[in-house]
Amino acid sequence: MKPRVAFFDFSSCEGCQLQIADLEEEILDLIEIVDVVSFREVMKEHSDEYDIAIIEGSIMRPMDEHRLRKIRNKCKILIALGACATIGGINKIRNQWPVKNVIKEVYKDADIEDNKFFNVSPTKAVNEVVPVDYYIHGCPINRDEFKNVISSLALGKKPKIPNYPVCVECKKNENVCLFELGKFCLGPITRAGCGAICPTNGSACDGCRGILSKPDVECVMDLLERYDLTYEEMKNRCTIYNTGVFNPKDGMTLVRRSKR
Amino acid sequence: MNKDIQIKVEHVTRVEGHGNIVLDVKKGEIKKLQWQISEAPRFFEAMLRGRYYDELRTITSRICGICSIGHSLASLKATEDALNINISKQTAILRRLAINGENMQSHILHFGYLTLPDLFGIGSVFPLVGSKNNDTLLKIVKLHRLSNEMSDLICGRTTHPIRLQVGGFSAVPTKKQLLDLKEKLKEGLNLTKDVAKVTKDVVDNFPDFNRETEYIALTSNKEYAFYDGDIASTDTGVYKDYKNYDKITNEYFVPQSTALYAKHKRESYMVGALARFNLNSKQLNHVGKEIADLFNLKAVNYNPFMNNIAQLIEFAHNIEDSINWIDLLVENGLKDEKPKEVELKKGRGVGIVEVPRGMLIHDYKINDKGRCEKANCVIPTNQNHANIQKDMEKLVPEILEKPKKEIELNLEMLVRAYDPCISCSTHYLDIEFV
Repeated sequence: MKPRVAFFDFSSCEGCQLQIADLEEEILDLIEIVDVVSFREVMKEHSDEYDIAIIEGSIMRPMDEHRLRKIRNKCKILIALGACATIGGINKIRNQWPVKNVIKEVYKDADIEDNKFFNVSPTKAVNEVVPVDYYIHGCPINRDEFKNVISSLALGKKPKIPNYPVCVECKKNENVCLFELGKFCLGPITRAGCGAICPTNGSACDGCRGILSKPDVECVMDLLERYDLTYEEMKNRCTIYNTGVFNPKDGMTLVRRSKR
Repeated sequence: MNKDIQIKVEHVTRVEGHGNIVLDVKKGEIKKLQWQISEAPRFFEAMLRGRYYDELRTITSRICGICSIGHSLASLKATEDALNINISKQTAILRRLAINGENMQSHILHFGYLTLPDLFGIGSVFPLVGSKNNDTLLKIVKLHRLSNEMSDLICGRTTHPIRLQVGGFSAVPTKKQLLDLKEKLKEGLNLTKDVAKVTKDVVDNFPDFNRETEYIALTSNKEYAFYDGDIASTDTGVYKDYKNYDKITNEYFVPQSTALYAKHKRESYMVGALARFNLNSKQLNHVGKEIADLFNLKAVNYNPFMNNIAQLIEFAHNIEDSINWIDLLVENGLKDEKPKEVELKKGRGVGIVEVPRGMLIHDYKINDKGRCEKANCVIPTNQNHANIQKDMEKLVPEILEKPKKEIELNLEMLVRAYDPCISCSTHYLDIEFV
């Protein structure tokens, strides 16, 4: 029997589901190997019986956490789709302020005390609420990577997600290093898999695929030194997508093991 | 006539999230009729505080997956206005191609995959496969692909564009790439005319409904405005004081909604393709006018369902417009120019563009360190919420005699006509009773 797949969306721009719609005719190939039972963007039908749940978006409210736990209980495999789901992404920028502060900034003095829609907590990635089996990174996701992950799972194989830096793919594309052009690029510490699409189009990597589990600290420190850049500035750049990753309390820190 | 009707349509669209329709009729009397927005708020304006000027477009692009190019351009215009940066002619043309590509992509997705099934009286695009309209479906898929290819070429990526930068482009297409695109656009023009002809046969399936309202869009004496222009209203004319746009948009908070609403001279106003058509139809190019004539659409048209037809007209206009810009780029010789140098200075900037769903405004205050201190974004869909509500209030009494299913469908079609966001395109509805 084909695995049954269901899509669910939480807080996001919905651009990652759009990448799937943008597969055009190739969607038909995917439907040959999986049975899509719920995907609100392309179909009316909905079923609560599914094997693979694909989650788009960040978790922002207690009511959303509750919904996500119910989904986790029903599915065998859970996939986080896109940066909002995999790492919290852009939505986590607001976590540096208390919720009351950001509400006041946007809604001024509107009376929202009893409004249930505004019962908001700090932004969470999916794995901060329930266990995640596989991650499809990016903002937006890469359409080919999505196809690969789904076909691997349909064949009962474990999908391969790169754990090497964007620089590897950037070099393959024969780009001039953006540091040489005076830009601050997060390619050296960011997970590859995007084909280095941003540097290849002349724009610095913002780290949307998340920070490598073990970045090459020596290399990063050398790079910062060579181009006269600071660790602080790098951490600041990382807060577009990776707020909290370099939090000294519970996040990781990049510290040179021994001073040469 | 004293029937009871209860309708609750949940998640009609994802208007930057979710919207519901609630209708409760007791003994022929409307007790409750509400267009509700229940989206989890995302607080973009708060998140921009303290961000460096070159990060603003990266972050605001993520407000919407389908109009990320429009958000990027509004953001860049606001940033450049604040920092006093003048872009080159080539950049201005390439940005017009970018905005055309996005408008085409969004309009054909909405018109082709959502609206047409309603007109054909079917539930989704899928039954079109293998039907007598199979050919039309294939043409629409081709036009959708063409629109995305155009955005990919100009912006580096269609969703969350890469090449659009403060002061210019980080990379530009080659002459050959542009000429290849031009050939495809010419073919697209013929496909669009075919789709329009098929649509003409079923256009009477739109409800015959009119409600006079105010239409607001950018206008320009140079062109049918998308990228640049002054704010204009069908009630009050041109408004040049763009930095005080809030005198026009007047956003206010509504308890049933996490989105802000807007009003100007009346209780509500409308933005989007029909608003642009109503204000600027004289500036449509040849093929745009040809499609408008085919449907006999004339400004000012007060039927919100005609927004769908205005989208088709704009789609055709965008294609011809893009062909003309490509010709000019090639004639001028394409330069591999870098974005303009930026000198930091304190200032406030406002950027306004027309995106598929209407007028979009970004407003930033930037300090002398190049960091954003205050931001405001006025989203098209928010400007339409009040107008949707007012349309429903007029429409429901007119159709109360119809069977419940038909009332439901007409209300859904009304919301879809406004094309609130991506998922409405092919997103069908869970119906529950109150």
